[in-house]
Amino acid sequence: MKSLEELKEIRQKTLDKINMRKEDKEEAVRVVVGMATCGIAAGARPVMIAFIEECAKRGLRHVQVTQTGCIGLCQHEPMADVIIPGMEKVTYIKLTPEKARRIVLEHIVNGRPIAEYAIGSQEDA
Amino acid sequence: MELFRSHVLVCGGTGCTSSGSDLIIEQFEKQLADHDLENEIKVIRTGCFGLCEAGPVVIVYPEGTFYSHVKPADVKEIVEEHLLKGRVVRRLVYAEKGEHPDAGKPLDEISFYKHQTRVALRNCGVIDPENIDEYIAFDGYMALAKCLTEMSPQEVIDHIKAANLRGRGGGGFPAGNKWQFAANSKADKKYVICNADEGDPGAFMDRSVLEGDPHSVLEAMAICGYAIGSDEGYIYVRAEYPIAVERLKTAIKQAREYGLLGKNILGSDFSFDINLRLGAGAFVCGEETALMASIEGKRGEPKPKPPFPAVSGLFAKPTNINNVETYANVPPIINKGIEWFHSMGTERSPGTKVFALGGKINNTGLVEVPMGTPLRTVIYDIGGGIPKNKKFKAVQTGGPSGGCIPASLLDVPIEYDSLIEIGSMMGSGGMVVMDEDNCMVDIARFFLDFTVEESCGKCTPCRLGTKRMLEILNRIVEGKGEDGDIERLERLARTISSSSLCGLGQTAPNPVLSTLRYFRDEYEAHIYEKRCPAHHCKSLVHLEITEDCRGCTACARVCPVGAISGDVRQQHHIDIDKCTKCLSCIEKCRFNAIIKV
Ligand SMILES: Cc1cc2nc3c(=O)[nH]c(=O)nc-3n(C[C@H](O)[C@H](O)[C@H](O)COP(=O)(O)O)c2cc1C
Repeated sequence: MKSLEELKEIRQKTLDKINMRKEDKEEAVRVVVGMATCGIAAGARPVMIAFIEECAKRGLRHVQVTQTGCIGLCQHEPMADVIIPGMEKVTYIKLTPEKARRIVLEHIVNGRPIAEYAIGSQEDA
Repeated sequence: MELFRSHVLVCGGTGCTSSGSDLIIEQFEKQLADHDLENEIKVIRTGCFGLCEAGPVVIVYPEGTFYSHVKPADVKEIVEEHLLKGRVVRRLVYAEKGEHPDAGKPLDEISFYKHQTRVALRNCGVIDPENIDEYIAFDGYMALAKCLTEMSPQEVIDHIKAANLRGRGGGGFPAGNKWQFAANSKADKKYVICNADEGDPGAFMDRSVLEGDPHSVLEAMAICGYAIGSDEGYIYVRAEYPIAVERLKTAIKQAREYGLLGKNILGSDFSFDINLRLGAGAFVCGEETALMASIEGKRGEPKPKPPFPAVSGLFAKPTNINNVETYANVPPIINKGIEWFHSMGTERSPGTKVFALGGKINNTGLVEVPMGTPLRTVIYDIGGGIPKNKKFKAVQTGGPSGGCIPASLLDVPIEYDSLIEIGSMMGSGGMVVMDEDNCMVDIARFFLDFTVEESCGKCTPCRLGTKRMLEILNRIVEGKGEDGDIERLERLARTISSSSLCGLGQTAPNPVLSTLRYFRDEYEAHIYEKRCPAHHCKSLVHLEITEDCRGCTACARVCPVGAISGDVRQQHHIDIDKCTKCLSCIEKCRFNAIIKV
């Protein structure tokens, strides 16, 4: 390494990977994926991975993708909550990896929740 | 996938390692592989989290769930429940005394951490100490880069001076002034030394910094090298710290590979490299002149000062020597500035100090608090108070050079100068808590026993004087104290303090003097009444069975010398001539019927 720029580059690259351990989490956006047996059986794992990869691709370091257990609406799985500080929590249901990627773009990046994926908007519940 | 959705941090400090954290890491790796999670979840061995009492400790991010007393057998459940299904394993979550485990508070709200401010320990338990990239991600080597690109050596020294960073190794001497002296010395070669000998009984602050964040010390030494005009450093670390030694070796290797140590660092014309030297564990080798003699391959014996190391130190060249924790403070001071540093601590002692909390205290471990924090906060709020509802008696700070502070002074702020005023000292940060069962004469005897053992023998007052003091103390605790012993101790103490060659002898009488100051009545009870008020000194107590005895015979059966007799369902008796006071009977008795008198 011969310059400050190279040092900064390593810092940035590693930060992306370990940001979840930093203290200043106030600004954090949280995506909570239901990962109980019901969720996993319905395909929650690829959904969660899609969230993670899409956030990584877009360099959204303030987004934490975490998981939670069963909330009792197993028929709606895979489900995920998107919690953005200052906005109302949105619960998405019957997710697929494609829907997850769209949610990252529309809801998290552009700030427009996708009503048609959210709970309550689908009749076939 | 390079990116992991969850990080499992397992404490790899010496404490948790000895209670099996390696096995836990092994189990995590195996279980994660079994569940196909190894590409999603990363396991990291970190440095000490500080709450050693709760070890082995595991933290799961991003949630920040704090698991304590984790056993290898628990790992399967954590993986299957928490990591696979997102259900926190409540029964393993750390809970404070008297609190329902469901509380499961986040890390920074647990009282043990709430009152702490982590500067020297900022990365301990947060980063992987064997991965330089993680150190860099947390602003590592940025301070060195800033010094090399934006500051002149004199500006660096002025910055450390203005911050008023005082030596954390015990003396509290301003680091900036020391750097200035070394910078002012003209020479073809200069050295930077890190004192990682940490010899105080019970102290493990420096070990934890080296284990948890070795790069911060390397970076600071390079900064010091730049400031004083040196191109070579030595870290003197005791061989009894094998984990610290390994991590230092790894860190030095990585820093060299990145060109952060070696020739022309970051493209500048500054070059600096660091060597490791292992000490064999003699306490006196922590004294700076003895330490340098030891690095030179000579006997570890101190030399008179002046000349000071800044003028003629290692290999007779100008040398700057600082303690591990002192160095660990340097990078954040450069990065965050003087005002930030002054926002913590007191005017005379800005910043924080790390303490190793031990003895009769609920939360044994490592704590870092702003200077000026009252002892009471450390012992009750962070330390969780005294176990078994016993009464606090004293806290010992400063190790063998320090003193005992009684309950009446618990509100004194912890600071270099205030502790000296009350007859103790900051020392390197050992803090041993004592309760009503500790005999203060015996405590003084313990520390003197240590200095007698560790005196290098070069100067007479220390070699012979401490020995004479110890003989008197031994007599007193054996019930053979005589009128005039206290005065003899005081006279010896004065002579030894004023005439010893190095700090070891000069401060050796402190434990005796401070206990005489605050607990003179205990000395007098031993000498004149042949009584140990704490019922601790074996020669001065005997055991008695009270009327509460139900005659269950448990004590008689456990007594190894057959000193207890009595019929079933009748009060038993102890033959005090036969009794060896091993106390096994007290432990066995379910009716608290055996007492020390
Ligand atoms: C007997 C004796 C033992 C010492 N042991 C240590 C030690 O283990 N670690 C340490 O940093 N300083 C120790 N010191 C203090 C060092 O001599 C020296 O003051 C210190 O390394 C300076 O660093 P600082 O200014 O950063 O505190 C000891 C001093 C004496 C007299």
